[in-house]
Amino acid sequence: MKILIPTPLRQYSDKQPAVEVEATTVGEALSGLVARHPDLRRHLYTEDGKLRAFVNVYLNDEDVRYLQKEATQVRDSDTISIVPSIAGGR
Amino acid sequence: MEPASRRFAQVSDSPVHATARGTAHRIANEVSPLGQHTLDRIGNTPLLRLPRVVSEHPGVELLGKAEWFNPGGSVKDRAAANIIATARRNGQLQPGKILLDSTSGNTGIAYAMIGAALDIPVTLCMPENVSVERKRILHAYGANIIYTDPADGSDGAIRMARELAAKHPDLYFYADQYSNDANWRAHYHGTANEIWQQTEGRITHFVSMLGTSGTFVGTARRLKELNPHIRCVSLQPDAPFHGIEGAKHMPSAIVPRIYDASLADANLEISTEASYAMVKRLAREEGLLVGISAAAAVVGCLQIARQLKKSEPAVLVTILCDSGDKYLSERFWEEG
Repeated sequence: MKILIPTPLRQYSDKQPAVEVEATTVGEALSGLVARHPDLRRHLYTEDGKLRAFVNVYLNDEDVRYLQKEATQVRDSDTISIVPSIAGGR
Repeated sequence: MEPASRRFAQVSDSPVHATARGTAHRIANEVSPLGQHTLDRIGNTPLLRLPRVVSEHPGVELLGKAEWFNPGGSVKDRAAANIIATARRNGQLQPGKILLDSTSGNTGIAYAMIGAALDIPVTLCMPENVSVERKRILHAYGANIIYTDPADGSDGAIRMARELAAKHPDLYFYADQYSNDANWRAHYHGTANEIWQQTEGRITHFVSMLGTSGTFVGTARRLKELNPHIRCVSLQPDAPFHGIEGAKHMPSAIVPRIYDASLADANLEISTEASYAMVKRLAREEGLLVGISAAAAVVGCLQIARQLKKSEPAVLVTILCDSGDKYLSERFWEEG
Protein backbone atom coordinates (compact mmCIF):
# COMPACT_ATOMS: atom_id res chain seq x y z
CA MET A 1 0.00 0.00 0.00
CA LYS A 2 0.96 3.62 -0.44
CA ILE A 3 1.74 6.24 2.23
CA LEU A 4 1.72 9.89 1.12
CA ILE A 5 4.38 12.03 2.77
CA PRO A 6 3.57 15.73 3.40
CA THR A 7 6.01 18.28 1.97
CA PRO A 8 7.71 19.28 5.27
CA LEU A 9 8.54 15.63 6.01
CA ARG A 10 9.95 14.70 2.61
CA GLN A 11 13.42 15.77 3.71
CA TYR A 12 13.30 12.72 5.99
CA SER A 13 12.03 10.30 3.32
CA ASP A 14 14.84 10.76 0.79
CA LYS A 15 12.65 13.44 -0.87
CA GLN A 16 10.07 10.82 -1.83
CA PRO A 17 6.45 12.09 -1.94
CA ALA A 18 5.10 8.54 -1.42
CA VAL A 19 6.42 5.33 0.11
CA GLU A 20 5.15 1.79 -0.63
CA VAL A 21 4.86 -0.56 2.36
CA GLU A 22 3.34 -3.98 3.05
CA ALA A 23 0.91 -4.01 5.97
CA THR A 24 -2.42 -5.32 7.21
CA THR A 25 -3.16 -2.43 9.62
CA VAL A 26 -2.53 1.32 9.75
CA GLY A 27 -0.17 0.79 12.69
CA GLU A 28 1.89 -1.76 10.77
CA ALA A 29 2.06 0.52 7.75
CA LEU A 30 3.39 3.42 9.82
CA SER A 31 5.89 1.12 11.58
CA GLY A 32 7.06 -0.04 8.17
CA LEU A 33 7.47 3.58 7.11
CA VAL A 34 9.60 4.62 10.10
CA ALA A 35 11.63 1.39 9.87
CA ARG A 36 12.58 2.38 6.34
CA HIS A 37 13.07 6.07 7.14
CA PRO A 38 14.12 6.25 10.83
CA ASP A 39 14.46 10.07 10.78
CA LEU A 40 10.68 10.27 10.46
CA ARG A 41 10.09 8.60 13.83
CA ARG A 42 10.55 11.63 16.09
CA HIS A 43 8.33 13.74 13.85
CA LEU A 44 5.44 11.28 13.97
CA TYR A 45 5.70 9.70 17.42
CA THR A 46 6.23 10.94 20.97
CA GLU A 47 9.06 9.46 23.02
CA ASP A 48 6.67 6.91 24.54
CA GLY A 49 5.64 5.72 21.10
CA LYS A 50 2.27 7.42 20.70
CA LEU A 51 1.31 9.29 17.54
CA ARG A 52 1.83 13.01 18.25
CA ALA A 53 -1.42 14.87 18.94
CA PHE A 54 -1.24 17.03 15.83
CA VAL A 55 -0.43 14.17 13.44
CA ASN A 56 -3.57 13.13 11.64
CA VAL A 57 -3.61 9.90 9.66
CA TYR A 58 -6.15 9.41 6.92
CA LEU A 59 -7.00 6.07 5.31
CA ASN A 60 -8.10 7.12 1.85
CA ASP A 61 -10.38 10.03 2.86
CA GLU A 62 -11.22 8.96 6.42
CA ASP A 63 -9.50 10.08 9.61
CA VAL A 64 -8.41 6.82 11.30
CA ARG A 65 -9.38 8.39 14.62
CA TYR A 66 -12.98 7.73 13.60
CA LEU A 67 -12.22 4.19 12.35
CA GLN A 68 -10.26 1.76 14.56
CA LYS A 69 -7.26 4.09 14.89
CA GLU A 70 -3.97 2.25 14.35
CA ALA A 71 -5.73 -1.13 14.38
CA THR A 72 -7.71 -0.15 11.28
CA GLN A 73 -7.37 -2.87 8.61
CA VAL A 74 -5.80 -1.87 5.30
CA ARG A 75 -5.68 -3.39 1.80
CA ASP A 76 -2.99 -3.16 -0.86
CA SER A 77 -5.06 -0.71 -2.89
CA ASP A 78 -5.46 1.74 0.05
CA THR A 79 -3.62 5.01 0.51
CA ILE A 80 -2.60 6.52 3.85
CA SER A 81 -2.03 10.28 4.14
CA ILE A 82 -0.20 12.00 6.98
CA VAL A 83 -1.47 15.53 7.58
CA PRO A 84 -0.72 18.03 10.34
CA SER A 85 -3.95 19.06 12.10
CA ILE A 86 -3.23 22.72 11.49
CA ALA A 87 -1.01 24.35 8.93
CA GLY A 88 1.93 26.68 9.44
CA GLY A 89 1.96 30.30 8.25
CA ARG A 90 -0.69 32.78 9.09
CA MET B 1 -30.10 55.72 32.72
CA GLU B 2 -33.37 57.22 31.52
CA PRO B 3 -35.33 55.60 28.69
CA ALA B 4 -34.33 56.67 25.17
CA SER B 5 -37.85 57.85 24.35
CA ARG B 6 -37.73 60.37 27.21
CA ARG B 7 -34.33 61.70 26.11
CA PHE B 8 -35.57 62.19 22.53
CA ALA B 9 -38.69 63.95 23.84
CA GLN B 10 -36.51 66.36 25.79
CA VAL B 11 -34.43 67.18 22.72
CA SER B 12 -37.43 67.95 20.52
CA ASP B 13 -39.09 70.01 23.30
CA SER B 14 -36.00 72.12 23.72
CA PRO B 15 -36.58 75.75 22.77
CA VAL B 16 -33.36 75.81 20.74
CA HIS B 17 -34.57 72.98 18.50
CA ALA B 18 -38.12 74.27 18.34
CA THR B 19 -37.30 77.86 17.39
CA ALA B 20 -34.16 77.45 15.32
CA ARG B 21 -34.78 74.35 13.26
CA GLY B 22 -32.15 75.28 10.70
CA THR B 23 -29.43 75.63 13.31
CA ALA B 24 -30.45 72.36 14.90
CA HIS B 25 -30.26 70.61 11.56
CA ARG B 26 -26.75 71.96 10.98
CA ILE B 27 -25.67 70.87 14.45
CA ALA B 28 -27.07 67.37 13.85
CA ASN B 29 -24.91 67.06 10.73
CA GLU B 30 -21.78 68.13 12.60
CA VAL B 31 -22.27 65.91 15.63
CA SER B 32 -20.27 62.69 15.35
CA PRO B 33 -22.38 59.55 15.29
CA LEU B 34 -22.93 57.64 18.49
CA GLY B 35 -20.90 54.57 19.30
CA GLN B 36 -17.75 53.30 17.62
CA HIS B 37 -17.21 51.52 14.35
CA THR B 38 -16.04 47.97 14.92
CA LEU B 39 -12.86 48.71 12.93
CA ASP B 40 -11.99 51.53 15.35
CA ARG B 41 -11.50 48.84 17.99
CA ILE B 42 -8.46 47.35 16.24
CA GLY B 43 -5.31 47.77 18.33
CA ASN B 44 -4.83 49.26 21.80
CA THR B 45 -5.24 45.83 23.35
CA PRO B 46 -4.82 45.24 27.09
CA LEU B 47 -1.44 44.19 28.49
CA LEU B 48 -2.17 41.35 30.89
CA ARG B 49 -0.01 40.14 33.78
CA LEU B 50 0.66 36.39 34.00
CA PRO B 51 1.84 36.19 37.61
CA ARG B 52 1.28 32.55 38.43
CA VAL B 53 3.15 30.85 35.58
CA VAL B 54 6.20 33.02 36.27
CA SER B 55 6.01 32.82 40.08
CA GLU B 56 9.12 30.64 40.43
CA HIS B 57 11.20 33.46 38.93
CA PRO B 58 11.10 36.29 41.46
CA GLY B 59 11.89 39.63 39.88
CA VAL B 60 10.55 38.59 36.49
CA GLU B 61 7.35 40.20 35.29
CA LEU B 62 5.60 38.41 32.44
CA LEU B 63 3.14 40.42 30.37
CA GLY B 64 1.10 39.49 27.32
CA LYS B 65 -0.75 41.63 24.79
CA ALA B 66 -4.25 40.18 24.76
CA GLU B 67 -4.77 40.31 21.01
CA TRP B 68 -8.09 38.47 21.08
CA PHE B 69 -9.57 41.81 22.17
CA ASN B 70 -9.29 42.89 18.53
CA PRO B 71 -12.72 42.68 16.87
CA GLY B 72 -11.67 39.84 14.54
CA GLY B 73 -10.28 37.96 17.53
CA SER B 74 -6.56 38.01 16.76
CA VAL B 75 -3.38 40.04 16.30
CA LYS B 76 -3.87 39.74 12.55
CA ASP B 77 -6.54 42.47 12.54
CA ARG B 78 -3.69 44.95 12.86
CA ALA B 79 -1.79 43.85 9.75
CA ALA B 80 -4.93 43.28 7.67
CA ALA B 81 -6.36 46.70 8.56
CA ASN B 82 -3.12 48.46 7.64
CA ILE B 83 -2.67 46.43 4.44
CA ILE B 84 -6.19 47.37 3.32
CA ALA B 85 -5.93 51.03 4.37
CA THR B 86 -2.57 51.42 2.60
CA ALA B 87 -3.79 49.74 -0.59
CA ARG B 88 -6.91 51.92 -0.68
CA ARG B 89 -4.82 55.05 -0.15
CA ASN B 90 -2.34 54.29 -2.92
CA GLY B 91 -4.99 53.12 -5.38
CA GLN B 92 -4.04 49.41 -5.50
CA LEU B 93 -7.38 48.38 -4.04
CA GLN B 94 -9.97 50.27 -6.05
CA PRO B 95 -13.71 49.58 -6.04
CA GLY B 96 -14.45 46.48 -8.10
CA LYS B 97 -11.19 44.72 -7.22
CA ILE B 98 -11.10 41.58 -5.11
CA LEU B 99 -8.68 41.31 -2.21
CA LEU B 100 -6.70 38.06 -2.60
CA ASP B 101 -4.26 36.43 -0.19
CA SER B 102 -3.11 33.13 1.22
CA THR B 103 -3.74 32.44 4.89
CA SER B 104 -4.21 29.56 7.24
CA GLY B 105 -6.69 31.38 9.37
CA ASN B 106 -6.44 34.52 11.42
CA THR B 107 -5.37 36.91 8.65
CA GLY B 108 -8.17 35.49 6.55
CA ILE B 109 -10.66 36.15 9.32
CA ALA B 110 -9.36 39.71 9.63
CA TYR B 111 -9.59 40.34 5.87
CA ALA B 112 -13.06 38.79 5.75
CA MET B 113 -14.33 40.88 8.67
CA ILE B 114 -12.88 44.17 7.39
CA GLY B 115 -13.92 43.34 3.83
CA ALA B 116 -17.50 42.77 4.97
CA ALA B 117 -17.56 46.05 6.88
CA LEU B 118 -16.05 48.07 4.00
CA ASP B 119 -17.80 46.26 1.13
CA ILE B 120 -14.59 44.78 -0.30
CA PRO B 121 -14.89 41.27 -1.79
CA VAL B 122 -12.32 38.85 -0.33
CA THR B 123 -10.88 35.63 -1.80
CA LEU B 124 -8.59 33.48 0.34
CA CYS B 125 -6.34 30.52 -0.50
CA MET B 126 -5.88 28.18 2.44
CA PRO B 127 -4.84 24.60 3.16
CA GLU B 128 -7.89 22.37 3.44
CA ASN B 129 -6.81 21.10 6.87
CA VAL B 130 -7.44 24.36 8.75
CA SER B 131 -9.86 23.90 11.62
CA VAL B 132 -13.58 23.62 11.01
CA GLU B 133 -14.17 26.60 13.30
CA ARG B 134 -12.08 28.81 10.98
CA LYS B 135 -13.84 27.66 7.86
CA ARG B 136 -17.19 28.46 9.47
CA ILE B 137 -16.10 31.91 10.64
CA LEU B 138 -14.85 32.82 7.15
CA HIS B 139 -18.05 31.54 5.64
CA ALA B 140 -20.05 33.64 8.11
CA TYR B 141 -18.26 36.82 6.99
CA GLY B 142 -18.97 35.92 3.35
CA ALA B 143 -15.40 35.35 2.12
CA ASN B 144 -14.72 33.19 -0.94
CA ILE B 145 -12.32 30.36 -0.08
CA ILE B 146 -10.08 28.34 -2.39
CA TYR B 147 -8.73 25.24 -0.66
CA THR B 148 -5.25 23.89 -1.39
CA ASP B 149 -3.62 20.50 -0.76
CA PRO B 150 -3.15 19.96 3.01
CA ALA B 151 0.08 18.08 2.33
CA ASP B 152 1.65 21.29 1.02
CA GLY B 153 0.78 23.35 4.13
CA SER B 154 0.74 27.13 3.97
CA ASP B 155 3.35 27.16 1.20
CA GLY B 156 0.85 25.44 -1.10
CA ALA B 157 -1.66 28.23 -0.39
CA ILE B 158 1.00 30.88 -1.09
CA ARG B 159 1.78 29.30 -4.47
CA MET B 160 -1.91 29.19 -5.39
CA ALA B 161 -2.43 32.87 -4.51
CA ARG B 162 0.66 33.88 -6.52
CA GLU B 163 -0.61 31.94 -9.51
CA LEU B 164 -4.08 33.52 -9.39
CA ALA B 165 -2.65 37.00 -8.95
CA ALA B 166 -0.32 36.56 -11.93
CA LYS B 167 -3.12 35.18 -14.10
CA HIS B 168 -5.73 37.86 -13.26
CA PRO B 169 -3.93 41.08 -12.32
CA ASP B 170 -6.98 43.24 -13.17
CA LEU B 171 -9.34 41.18 -11.04
CA TYR B 172 -7.30 40.87 -7.86
CA PHE B 173 -5.40 43.05 -5.45
CA TYR B 174 -2.85 40.54 -4.13
CA ALA B 175 -2.36 41.66 -0.54
CA ASP B 176 0.60 39.28 -0.01
CA GLN B 177 0.95 39.56 3.76
CA TYR B 178 4.35 37.84 3.61
CA SER B 179 5.88 40.61 1.48
CA ASN B 180 3.71 43.64 2.27
CA ASP B 181 5.50 46.34 4.30
CA ALA B 182 2.12 47.50 5.63
CA ASN B 183 2.14 44.26 7.65
CA TRP B 184 5.17 45.01 9.83
CA ARG B 185 4.42 48.75 9.83
CA ALA B 186 1.13 48.07 11.65
CA HIS B 187 3.26 46.81 14.55
CA TYR B 188 5.95 49.46 14.18
CA HIS B 189 3.38 52.25 14.53
CA GLY B 190 0.91 50.39 16.79
CA THR B 191 1.93 47.38 18.87
CA ALA B 192 5.44 48.61 19.76
CA ASN B 193 4.35 52.04 20.97
CA GLU B 194 1.48 50.54 22.93
CA ILE B 195 3.91 48.19 24.70
CA TRP B 196 6.30 51.05 25.41
CA GLN B 197 3.52 53.14 26.96
CA GLN B 198 1.87 50.26 28.81
CA THR B 199 5.17 49.24 30.42
CA GLU B 200 6.15 52.87 31.02
CA GLY B 201 9.35 52.12 29.15
CA ARG B 202 10.33 49.33 31.57
CA ILE B 203 10.24 46.49 29.03
CA THR B 204 13.53 44.54 28.98
CA HIS B 205 12.63 41.66 26.62
CA PHE B 206 10.28 41.41 23.67
CA VAL B 207 9.39 37.84 22.73
CA SER B 208 7.33 36.81 19.71
CA MET B 209 6.57 33.83 17.53
CA LEU B 210 7.46 34.01 13.83
CA GLY B 211 4.70 33.51 11.27
CA THR B 212 4.75 36.09 8.50
CA SER B 213 7.27 37.67 10.92
CA GLY B 214 5.36 40.98 10.67
CA THR B 215 4.62 41.19 14.40
CA PHE B 216 8.20 40.45 15.43
CA VAL B 217 9.87 42.62 12.77
CA GLY B 218 7.68 45.71 13.20
CA THR B 219 7.55 45.63 17.00
CA ALA B 220 11.25 44.81 17.47
CA ARG B 221 12.35 47.47 14.97
CA ARG B 222 10.46 50.22 16.83
CA LEU B 223 11.32 49.02 20.34
CA LYS B 224 15.03 48.99 19.44
CA GLU B 225 14.70 52.64 18.39
CA LEU B 226 13.03 53.50 21.69
CA ASN B 227 15.64 51.60 23.70
CA PRO B 228 18.45 49.70 21.95
CA HIS B 229 19.01 47.60 25.11
CA ILE B 230 15.67 45.79 24.81
CA ARG B 231 16.42 42.16 23.95
CA CYS B 232 14.24 40.92 21.11
CA VAL B 233 13.79 37.16 20.95
CA SER B 234 12.05 35.41 18.06
CA LEU B 235 10.49 31.97 18.46
CA GLN B 236 9.77 29.26 15.95
CA PRO B 237 8.64 25.65 15.95
CA ASP B 238 11.39 23.13 16.67
CA ALA B 239 10.61 21.10 13.53
CA PRO B 240 9.18 21.59 10.05
CA PHE B 241 6.23 19.34 10.87
CA HIS B 242 4.47 20.92 13.84
CA GLY B 243 1.10 21.86 15.34
CA ILE B 244 1.70 25.48 16.32
CA GLU B 245 -0.98 27.32 14.41
CA GLY B 246 0.31 30.24 12.40
CA ALA B 247 3.99 29.66 13.18
CA LYS B 248 6.65 29.08 10.57
CA HIS B 249 9.76 26.92 10.75
CA MET B 250 11.97 29.28 8.76
CA PRO B 251 14.70 26.85 7.64
CA SER B 252 12.14 24.66 5.84
CA ALA B 253 9.55 27.20 4.66
CA ILE B 254 9.20 29.91 2.03
CA VAL B 255 10.89 32.74 3.95
CA PRO B 256 8.72 35.91 4.02
CA ARG B 257 10.28 38.88 2.24
CA ILE B 258 9.59 41.14 5.23
CA TYR B 259 11.55 38.85 7.60
CA ASP B 260 14.67 40.48 9.04
CA ALA B 261 16.59 37.96 11.12
CA SER B 262 19.10 40.63 12.18
CA LEU B 263 16.54 42.16 14.59
CA ALA B 264 16.63 39.08 16.80
CA ASP B 265 19.13 38.94 19.65
CA ALA B 266 18.23 35.28 20.02
CA ASN B 267 15.99 32.74 18.38
CA LEU B 268 14.47 29.89 20.39
CA GLU B 269 12.80 26.70 19.23
CA ILE B 270 9.51 25.64 20.78
CA SER B 271 7.96 22.17 20.72
CA THR B 272 4.34 21.59 19.86
CA GLU B 273 3.80 19.38 22.92
CA ALA B 274 5.15 22.05 25.30
CA SER B 275 2.78 24.55 23.68
CA TYR B 276 -0.22 22.25 24.10
CA ALA B 277 0.68 21.74 27.77
CA MET B 278 0.95 25.51 28.22
CA VAL B 279 -2.49 26.08 26.66
CA LYS B 280 -3.94 23.92 29.44
CA ARG B 281 -1.74 25.47 32.13
CA LEU B 282 -2.68 29.05 31.21
CA ALA B 283 -6.35 28.13 31.22
CA ARG B 284 -6.13 26.46 34.63
CA GLU B 285 -3.57 28.68 36.37
CA GLU B 286 -4.21 32.13 34.92
CA GLY B 287 -7.80 31.81 33.73
CA LEU B 288 -6.59 32.62 30.23
CA LEU B 289 -7.87 30.41 27.43
CA VAL B 290 -5.38 31.27 24.68
CA GLY B 291 -4.49 29.75 21.32
CA ILE B 292 -1.54 27.46 20.63
CA SER B 293 0.87 30.10 19.30
CA ALA B 294 0.12 32.36 22.30
CA ALA B 295 0.96 29.45 24.60
CA ALA B 296 4.11 28.76 22.57
CA ALA B 297 5.17 32.37 23.16
CA VAL B 298 4.74 31.91 26.91
CA VAL B 299 6.84 28.72 26.74
CA GLY B 300 9.55 30.84 25.10
CA CYS B 301 9.28 33.49 27.82
CA LEU B 302 9.76 30.89 30.55
CA GLN B 303 12.85 29.56 28.75
CA ILE B 304 14.25 33.10 28.82
CA ALA B 305 13.29 33.55 32.48
CA ARG B 306 15.22 30.37 33.35
CA GLN B 307 18.32 31.68 31.58
CA LEU B 308 18.32 34.97 33.50
CA LYS B 309 20.70 35.41 36.40
CA LYS B 310 19.03 34.74 39.73
CA SER B 311 16.85 37.64 40.84
CA GLU B 312 17.85 39.71 37.80
CA PRO B 313 14.83 41.97 37.33
CA ALA B 314 13.19 41.65 33.94
CA VAL B 315 10.00 42.77 32.22
CA LEU B 316 9.15 40.21 29.55
CA VAL B 317 6.49 41.19 27.04
CA THR B 318 4.99 38.82 24.50
CA ILE B 319 2.10 38.66 22.08
CA LEU B 320 -0.86 36.43 22.88
CA CYS B 321 -2.03 36.10 19.27
CA ASP B 322 -5.53 34.78 19.83
CA SER B 323 -7.80 32.98 22.25
CA GLY B 324 -8.37 29.26 22.54
CA ASP B 325 -11.91 29.01 21.26
CA LYS B 326 -10.84 28.21 17.68
CA TYR B 327 -8.82 25.22 18.88
CA LEU B 328 -11.33 23.45 21.07
CA SER B 329 -11.74 20.60 18.59
CA GLU B 330 -7.98 19.83 18.66
CA ARG B 331 -7.05 16.38 19.88
CA PHE B 332 -4.61 17.54 22.56
CA TRP B 333 -7.50 18.41 24.87
CA GLU B 334 -8.38 14.72 25.08
CA GLU B 335 -4.83 13.53 25.72
CA GLY B 336 -2.31 13.83 28.52
